[in-house]
Amino acid sequence: MIEAVGLTKRYGDKTAVYNLSFQVRPGSVTGFLGPNGSGKSTTMRMILGLDNPSSGQVTIGGYPYRKLPNAPRQVGALLDAKAVHGGRTARNHLLSLAQLSGIPDRRVDEVLGVVGLQDVARKRSKGFSLGMGQRLGIAAALLGDPQVLLFDEPVNGLDPEGILWVRNLMKSLAAEGRTVFVSSHLMSEMALTADHLIVIGRGQLLADMSVQDFIAANSAGFARVRTPDTEPQLREKLSTALAEAGGHVLPEQDGALRVTGLPLPRISDIAHETDVRLWELSPHQASLEEAYMRMTQGAVDYRSTVDQKAGLQQPLPPGAQPQMPVPGQGQPGWYAPPPPQQGGQPFAMPQGQPGQPAQPSGPPQGPYGAPVAPAAAPNPYAQPAPAAPAVDTTKPKDAR
Amino acid sequence: MSTPQPPMPQTAAPNWQAAPGASYPAYTSPIPVKRTHLGNALASEWTKIRSVRSTMWTLGVFVVLVVGIGLAAAALVSANAGEGELAGENPLSFGFFGLLLGIMCVITLGVLTTASEYGTGMIRTTMTACPTRGRVLTAKAIVFFVVAFSVTLASAVLVALADVALLSDAREPSSSEWLKGTVGVSFYIALIGLLSLVVGSVIRHSAGAITIMIGLVLAPLVIALFMFSESLEDLRQALFEYSIPNQLSVFYSQSLTDTGPSGWDPLWIMLGVTAAAFAGAYVLLEKRDV
Repeated sequence: MIEAVGLTKRYGDKTAVYNLSFQVRPGSVTGFLGPNGSGKSTTMRMILGLDNPSSGQVTIGGYPYRKLPNAPRQVGALLDAKAVHGGRTARNHLLSLAQLSGIPDRRVDEVLGVVGLQDVARKRSKGFSLGMGQRLGIAAALLGDPQVLLFDEPVNGLDPEGILWVRNLMKSLAAEGRTVFVSSHLMSEMALTADHLIVIGRGQLLADMSVQDFIAANSAGFARVRTPDTEPQLREKLSTALAEAGGHVLPEQDGALRVTGLPLPRISDIAHETDVRLWELSPHQASLEEAYMRMTQGAVDYRSTVDQKAGLQQPLPPGAQPQMPVPGQGQPGWYAPPPPQQGGQPFAMPQGQPGQPAQPSGPPQGPYGAPVAPAAAPNPYAQPAPAAPAVDTTKPKDAR
Repeated sequence: MSTPQPPMPQTAAPNWQAAPGASYPAYTSPIPVKRTHLGNALASEWTKIRSVRSTMWTLGVFVVLVVGIGLAAAALVSANAGEGELAGENPLSFGFFGLLLGIMCVITLGVLTTASEYGTGMIRTTMTACPTRGRVLTAKAIVFFVVAFSVTLASAVLVALADVALLSDAREPSSSEWLKGTVGVSFYIALIGLLSLVVGSVIRHSAGAITIMIGLVLAPLVIALFMFSESLEDLRQALFEYSIPNQLSVFYSQSLTDTGPSGWDPLWIMLGVTAAAFAGAYVLLEKRDV
């Protein structure tokens, strides 16, 4: 079991991790999520005693890592697949680690077999592909047959077969009663692998709960409603009727409507009452990715912008339409907020401090204390639904 | 910060919530757990140093330089020296030039032994496998020192034997000269390598550490060359006498000056400097983040 209490790490005046407390329990796969630069790797390094916390502590089985008796036999870690000397062969790399940890040499060949590298065991790891390097890193983590396993982005660069293998490996390791702590950016992969989630943003804890709870708390399902394309007035009519009934309606790019706040039968009834035919009425369960994006959109440090190519583009010929942006991209509030009946927004972030970095000395800002991006503050569903993509199309012109 | 659990609409609680804490059967490995010690780290560092090409390259070039230049110098001198010119000369002293150049190779290998782990990120893997960081540094130092000393000693003895055989006109070296010209000088060279290893561990950057060490070897001589001022005469003299090339020549009783270090002094100086640097590196390693 890994237990962090008030873990804080500062580099100069930059706070990488602030007051992080969580527990990672044995017997399940715990996913560790967060945007780039949110402090995941720093936290992992502190768990492994590589970095000393500025304050707070993290223990494994009750001991700080560096005080742990026979540490490599209790904890195995994959931090960075490229953290090997490229001039050394895979086997010699593992052999040196096995000797350092007092593990019999025989075990090296076993783990090479487990990760499928036995054929390249005597090749220099410099020539390994990203996926092979990843397998070598996993082999190093498994070498001591440890109780606690940490993996930082284990599926990076793996082929589909390898991804499936890692997924099953994680699950079987957890099923044996081990503690498995995995960080990843691949939400679809996490949804399949992890039982429990710890989410951080800007170095602070955003969530610590099971995957199902996380999705349910951070993203509502929605209903997709499609009226006949041939009669646009029906769509307007239905939108108005649904809005009057208390639903939130957001148009999708292909003409369908995203409706939240109303159960499906009610939508059907309203459509019937207003005499609107429906071509589609379908429920959509939010994915882990949507829930994650919804939660972390205020805590993203590195956000992409539209490639403006300012001054490089030919003026558009009169009448030509600029290219439509991909729906949903960079559009605040695209991901559904939590259902309103849950007593407010459990994960609403404190507002009015747009873009402010986490303050090292100040008190935590609310229970999940991450500041929020200004555009995401009000509930976008409450606005009279403007055609969002149409707004976006004007942006490239504004740059000139 | 505790986590206030928000209202959960779906109560599909995971297993561990039903059976918290110790009641879960923890995994125990069938592989016997042994307490690790310095011997494990030594075996590991030996595997590491022998399994990379840079070791073979630097030591190979070192042997070629030391033996090649040592033999060439002796051959040249013996071919060109007139009758009686070499009388009273110590034949071992012709090993000096090869070793002076060979120092660069030992410095490079010493630095690479520690700094390359930082360059590749391997250090994080190593320090995870052995959180007793000082043990790793000690093991590296021992393994490197033994390797560097043995290779230097073998080369130096080979050159010394060849020089004595080639320069039959020169006087027979005394046994203390033999000891200083082989074992003494090998200790000295291996200690410079060890100092490089320690500097590599502190600087954590191969090129930077190698530059510092080469500067340490060459700078005093070069600086002394440009000290023309009368008032700096004493400093200039000290820089000359305590520069590494001059200290090395002391082992062949060929110091550039009559004052300054003599006999075994250079070895004690280098031993003191290296021990102090090692202690510093040890403390830093325990304290710093990897």
